[in-house]
Amino acid sequence: MSIQVDFSILFKSSRERKCLRWIDRFLMAELLHSTNMLQILKPNGEVDRKLEPRLTNDELRMMYRYMVLTRRLSEKLLSLQRQGRIGFCVDSSGHEACQIGSAFALSPDDWIFPYYRDSGMCLVKGLSLKEFMDHTFTNEEDACLGRQLNVHWASREHHIVSSSSCVAGRLPHAVGVAYAMKYKNQNDVCLTSLGDGSTSQGEFHSAMNFAGVWRAPIIFLVENNQYAISLPLRYQTASQNIAIKAEAYGFEGVQVNGNDVLAVYKATKMAVEKARAGGGPTMIEAVTYRMGGHSSSDDPARYRNEEELEYWKARDAIPLFRNYLTRKNAIREEEYDEIVQSVDEELTLAIRASEKIPKPALSTLFTDVYSEIPWHIKDEQDEALGVGGQ
Amino acid sequence: MSSNSDVVLLGEDLGRDGGVFRATEGLLDEFGPQRVIDTPLSEDGIIGTAIGMSLYGLLPVAEIQFMDFAYPAFNQIVNELAKFRYRSGGEFSPRVVVRMPYGGGIKGGLYHSQSTEAFFIHTPGLIVLTPSNPHDTKGLLLSAMRCPDPVIFLEPKRIYRTFREEVPDDDYTTPIGKASVVSEGSDVTLLSWGAMVQTCNEAVALASKENISVELIDLRSLLPFDIESILRSVKKTGRLAIAHEAPKIGGFGGELAAQVSERAIDSLQAPILRVGGYDTPFPYSLENQYLPSSSRVLKAIKNLAGY
Repeated sequence: MSIQVDFSILFKSSRERKCLRWIDRFLMAELLHSTNMLQILKPNGEVDRKLEPRLTNDELRMMYRYMVLTRRLSEKLLSLQRQGRIGFCVDSSGHEACQIGSAFALSPDDWIFPYYRDSGMCLVKGLSLKEFMDHTFTNEEDACLGRQLNVHWASREHHIVSSSSCVAGRLPHAVGVAYAMKYKNQNDVCLTSLGDGSTSQGEFHSAMNFAGVWRAPIIFLVENNQYAISLPLRYQTASQNIAIKAEAYGFEGVQVNGNDVLAVYKATKMAVEKARAGGGPTMIEAVTYRMGGHSSSDDPARYRNEEELEYWKARDAIPLFRNYLTRKNAIREEEYDEIVQSVDEELTLAIRASEKIPKPALSTLFTDVYSEIPWHIKDEQDEALGVGGQ
Repeated sequence: MSSNSDVVLLGEDLGRDGGVFRATEGLLDEFGPQRVIDTPLSEDGIIGTAIGMSLYGLLPVAEIQFMDFAYPAFNQIVNELAKFRYRSGGEFSPRVVVRMPYGGGIKGGLYHSQSTEAFFIHTPGLIVLTPSNPHDTKGLLLSAMRCPDPVIFLEPKRIYRTFREEVPDDDYTTPIGKASVVSEGSDVTLLSWGAMVQTCNEAVALASKENISVELIDLRSLLPFDIESILRSVKKTGRLAIAHEAPKIGGFGGELAAQVSERAIDSLQAPILRVGGYDTPFPYSLENQYLPSSSRVLKAIKNLAGY
């Protein structure tokens, strides 16, 4: 027989205290202590007026265009991969609201540590399609010189930090950057995204723990798409949800509908303002669904069924936002097709340009291991290039 | 730290306690908790956040309390720190100095005694340094902090309390990539680093009583290593012994032996001999039997001289 103890009365009082700390500063502070998922958009295009963020029609149009761009980009990449024109790609379909909503809440000087599905986030942060495609084709103009798998973008100019393929390795880096921002009295913040699977890693714990102890200006955005390759969330955690984990580290966690771009934007904006005001870290769990496979090497039909996909398609982020925009008259009906068309043209041009650029020269295999090439690597470079006649 | 406010220290017990070996004593009072950071007990957190601090322009000197505790941070050191510059095409190149007390001889048992420098030497992207005396410790540490690449800075813990020496107050550096000839000799070249240099010194003195002249080289910089000094000496003596605390198999001595064989086989008059820790885990009770002694080093020297 199991014995159940109701601790909720204790939790409630501590939540209320936490809430009161912020209520003066943010009218919406109750969101952060709500156990319900934050949603602003309703399926029929209605909106929760109390929570609706103040965005101009131009901003809303831009958000929508980026969402369409991100979706079409994923489709194009998969097609390029299937034609053998690129080696690998990752499908972001389903993640558009998470990525565009969060990135729109950041300033140019803020730093992001994206994960491999965050194509849309990088584009909003400033990565050009040219830069994106050079990385996709791993050509000689790729900032990473074709050394990484082609989903690990890096740009110092846009503060998009390079990531490894070990999924949670970047999380403590983001906390370190946030510490340094605070140390140097900069008002910048850091955002790192991760998937639900990454929350099982030791570095997730370390990063959350350091962030809490240091009250670092950082946002952990968990794009919970229900799967880590083949494994559903229940294989990763027995926790009631992911957002609740933040409480154990001493800061707020909020769960939002990750298909509701306004909700993601709103939650991120609040977390950013809180971090800038010295309020420390926030975790945002954006609940969404990975509509495609894990990567171009994966076949999701092996482990999940069609009905599940249909359920989520009916809750797709793009039509949900479109209903809102139409109702609000932010975009005219005929403009929707124009957006798709112009996005496609832009993609085609970028692909055409980057595909023509040659692969990196053999000599680059040996550079950037160190700031200068040491003698033992120079010897190998000379041998590979046929210099010195060894 | 006085001359550069970007320098921060982070690690376990290095502030309030001054470090378990007192290496950072007094720094918390002088520079405050923002710069001398007592972190949670988490090695991957220490190295991971140090990388981030560096990306934003700080110069972190991170401490792993004992080299044996580096394994929780292995992913951060090997997959992240070492590869950042390369994988990002130079967009991001963290400069972190990772200090690690290493080696045996303090009755620390299996998990406070290991010498695993070979793991880090085997990782492209890292500079690996180890001083054998106080003078080089200051000089190499300053070089490490001015080095644009990540540095694993190994501090031989056995000599923290057993080697005293006056160190100049002024600013000086010991160059990375340059070995030091501790004593000149003509019969045998003996190559070593870290605390083993002291043991080797004893062996050199014992050998000279038997009229064997040994040239002892302290490598100091394990990667990049000073191949020129090694070859110059081996071409003179024709005989080479390499002594280190780490287990022999897969140890750095094997790599050095291969490098010398590839480049100077014609100069060698005897096989290259290695004296290492045994190929077992590091023991507690039998620590002194495990660590290569001056008599084991002497035996190798005599074998070479009589070959």
